[in-house]
Amino acid sequence: MSVFDYTLKELQDKLHNKELTVTELVQAAYDQIDAVDDQIKAFLTLNKEAALEQAKQLDNETNQADHLLFGIPIGIKDNMVTKGVRTTCASKFLDNFNDPLYNATVVEKLAEEKTVMIGKLNMDEFAMGSSNENSGYATTRNPWNIDYVPGGSSGGSAAAVAAREVFFALGSDTGGSIRQPAAFCGVVGLKPTYGLVSRFGLVAFASSLDQIGPITKTVEDNAHLLQAIVGHDPMDSTSANIDIPTYSDAFKQDVKGLKIAVPKEYLSDQEGVDQEVRESVLAALKVYEDLGATWEEVTLPHSKYAVAAYYLLASSEASANLARFDGVRYGVRSENADNMIDMFKKSRSEGFGDEVKRRIMLGTFALSSGYYDAYYKKAQKVRTLIKNDFDKVFENFDVIIGPTTPTPAFKVGEKVDDPLTMYANDILTIPVNLAGVPGMSIPCGFAKETGLPIGLQIIAKHFDESMIYRVAYAFEQATDYHKQRPSLGGVQS
Amino acid sequence: MVEISKEQVKHVAHLARLAITEEEVDVMTKQLGDIIHYAELLNELDTSHVEPTTHVLDLKNVMRKDEPRKWIEREDALKNAPDQKDGQFRVPSILE
Repeated sequence: MSVFDYTLKELQDKLHNKELTVTELVQAAYDQIDAVDDQIKAFLTLNKEAALEQAKQLDNETNQADHLLFGIPIGIKDNMVTKGVRTTCASKFLDNFNDPLYNATVVEKLAEEKTVMIGKLNMDEFAMGSSNENSGYATTRNPWNIDYVPGGSSGGSAAAVAAREVFFALGSDTGGSIRQPAAFCGVVGLKPTYGLVSRFGLVAFASSLDQIGPITKTVEDNAHLLQAIVGHDPMDSTSANIDIPTYSDAFKQDVKGLKIAVPKEYLSDQEGVDQEVRESVLAALKVYEDLGATWEEVTLPHSKYAVAAYYLLASSEASANLARFDGVRYGVRSENADNMIDMFKKSRSEGFGDEVKRRIMLGTFALSSGYYDAYYKKAQKVRTLIKNDFDKVFENFDVIIGPTTPTPAFKVGEKVDDPLTMYANDILTIPVNLAGVPGMSIPCGFAKETGLPIGLQIIAKHFDESMIYRVAYAFEQATDYHKQRPSLGGVQS
Repeated sequence: MVEISKEQVKHVAHLARLAITEEEVDVMTKQLGDIIHYAELLNELDTSHVEPTTHVLDLKNVMRKDEPRKWIEREDALKNAPDQKDGQFRVPSILE
């Protein structure tokens, strides 16, 4: 087994009793990276020298504040800015962005908790994609079977956690980018409520949808990592100023009497949900019944419009957000330009990959004169209808449960030539971002033939992450899917 | 139903400050056309009485005092720049 198979509490006990040192933990991360990352390709940049130096210092300190995260190796998705550590968003445009000037708020908070940053994790370029095949560097592979994608866009984060290259990781989720790779890699991933976690220092993709969240092996660890990164931030004007609960308190409550809503659209053939996924979700619902909860089928009638609305909205916002990449202040500048406009155009075209260009084009079109009302504004109105669907269900239910994705992971190369088929894979995660509610994926089964993990999605009201933790923890306690580990996670102890 | 023309694709590429080859124009015309056709699905819905959602939370404009504070030094701001001169970012000529 790997030291990363322990829980946070177990690791802190071992550090406290001197059975383990922080240096050993950090070294274990790099040893595992050496052993498996040639195949997994989860990392873009390693922070080895600084991490080992920090570990040495932490080994001379006592963990006085009883930080649960003290000395724990973490990986950060490469769209979060890290001071002095290369940050590329997996884009060739930022290939030389070696010396960012500040830390994202989440990175700063983790430093205060004394976690150790192992490195920066691969992703789809600027978080646009569902397979990691849009990385400008390499396609991260699924640790359960390297012929398959790890999901995306936080594919590096989910794969690194599943392969025990780090203890846990941060991802970001705009249309499913934490939950879908968590489902594909058999780990636990939470997209918090919009506004719960500061996005200061997160390179913006679609600002009305983006959220940062934790990816871990267990629900309990997930709650502890979330606790460390939440809170109001004056540097992010969309960050919510609310009272933060203690998320681990949720584990004291069982699920007896809870009312679960199961959207019929989320189990439907029409949305491409495959038989095995449906059966796994129904089996999970049986577990909840046995634990004393009840479930009922409901409808989220506008689900089928979510993907179309999302791609218009997210691409429009992206086209504006990515205007900052102009080759003037940072990033790569084309050497073939003879005037300013030409320099913008060539730098961007040489630096951006196909999917990023496609979305900038789509967004620019949707916002352009004469089309704004027909596409962008129409999509915003449909967003209202989708949000209302969720509000209505939550009038009568505590939580919504369904699959995270219609199918388990697909093969590398399988969908890469057809953007629309690729987009359709996000049909069950996108509505959650449009409504701004929190959603989590936890492992709930494995496909018989391929052995690939299947994810259960748990969705709650705005800012009711505690409900998600309560419901997810009950399932985890009653099952052992989270204890299974991929072949590539077991290479080295 | 809106058809997207090659001329439109070139115009949008210019607005988006992307250089685009003739070959890419062909591919993009087809792919954008497909995505826009798919998005026409939204026209099934009557949204004439629906308010648009720009933001899911009930947030108002967030104000703070306009006070100067220390942030980034000039030399730091320049250190990732592709080109610089005399403490400023240097760019190619703006006028042709």
